[in-house]
Amino acid sequence: MKDSYYNREDLKKFGEITEWQKELGDKFFDYYGSVFKESALTAREKSLIALAVSHAVQCPYCIEAYTSDCLKKGVDEEQMMEAVHVTAAIKSGAALVHGVQMMNQVNDKLM
Amino acid sequence: MIQSLKRQKHKLSTPEGQIEVLDDVEAIGIPSFDSKLNDMGHSSLKPTNIEIFQVNVGKMCNQVCSHCHVDAGPDRKEIMTKETMQQCIDAIRDTDIKTVDLTGGAPEMNPNFRWFVEELRAIGKDIIVRCNLTIILANPKYNDLPEFFRKHKVNVVSSLPYFTAKRTDAQRGDGVFDKSIKALQMLNAVGYGKEDSDLQLDLVYNPAGAFLPGDQTSLENQFKRKLQEYDIVFNNLFAITNLPISRFLEYLVRSDKYQDYMDELVNAFNPMAAEGVMCRSTISVGWDGYLYDCDFNQMLELKVQASDHIADFDIKELTQRDIIVNQHCFGCTAGAGSSCGGTTV
Repeated sequence: MKDSYYNREDLKKFGEITEWQKELGDKFFDYYGSVFKESALTAREKSLIALAVSHAVQCPYCIEAYTSDCLKKGVDEEQMMEAVHVTAAIKSGAALVHGVQMMNQVNDKLM
Repeated sequence: MIQSLKRQKHKLSTPEGQIEVLDDVEAIGIPSFDSKLNDMGHSSLKPTNIEIFQVNVGKMCNQVCSHCHVDAGPDRKEIMTKETMQQCIDAIRDTDIKTVDLTGGAPEMNPNFRWFVEELRAIGKDIIVRCNLTIILANPKYNDLPEFFRKHKVNVVSSLPYFTAKRTDAQRGDGVFDKSIKALQMLNAVGYGKEDSDLQLDLVYNPAGAFLPGDQTSLENQFKRKLQEYDIVFNNLFAITNLPISRFLEYLVRSDKYQDYMDELVNAFNPMAAEGVMCRSTISVGWDGYLYDCDFNQMLELKVQASDHIADFDIKELTQRDIIVNQHCFGCTAGAGSSCGGTTV
């Protein structure tokens, strides 16, 4: 085993997950490919959403893959950073909105 | 000003130095381009016909772009003579070749450039000029180029790697984006790129780094929308892949991205793109009159496997030749394909 849990080269081996469960693996990649096709949303819009979600799930493989994909699709630096700010806003908002729960608890417990 | 690799006496300025890197497929664990063609059932790559006669009139340029496969720049003095231009005219005068594609360097810097265009028009050829845009503003003597192009109905094809200054200038030099915008406005002012005009203005997009171009139509739509902010219109956008040649190869090797980039090209190999590669319908002429399968083979000095000088131009023999391929050819066969006219699939 390597000393690091994450190895950049592993991204290239993603397809190998089908080797131990072909049916589900094939279904996943087929579904994955369909999701990113140009449809009601453009492929470019989907790539930006994927970049934002990659940061939310903090997956380094996804961040590399969708940064490259955004570059290919002509997305500029400002747009990519704005997508990451959307992630940050939702994540921080999700934390802060629970502040209402804290407030409810406090209000309930205090006389 | 940055010096050319040749002036720096860089190892990758020589064809031998580049081919040594490209040929070492085992070092990076990729298949040979030949083997990919064999998989498709081709023992060799043959021309379909010759539609485009591409002439590189010299390596001199007012820019030193960081990805340039020609290693062009102000310190390059290789320029096509008027005699060689005359040989080009004589060679294609009575052929069915309809289009002459003039490239460089900055082709306009060749002192006989305008004469060449006039003579080619006089024998009925359509002309493409690969204009880097900034040449129009580089010196007062070039300011009337838009009018010259208009007069001779030249199809202007110009590189603009991105619609922001940051990425464009990083690849093509400080201030290039602003000058390119001004030059495009000058071309528009004489009628280029307008809907009701027959003056064709096309842009070339190539990635400003070690990644492949995305969908050409989507990029064209983005460029059209963004350039509208500068009141600029154009006809088509050609998305071109950077080939691992010369300065772009040097960048890949220096930044330790060579293996990843070659992997990406090989993984994106598209047999349909391989069928439609531009070398099957093009002949490329070097500044000294030698003939090549394409501008990239020209820079690697891989001369055609036929009578290889314009003085001995034999269209029948050229149409039957075997095209020389090497590892850089993966650049033209990745994804939707890449050629001087954009995608091929």
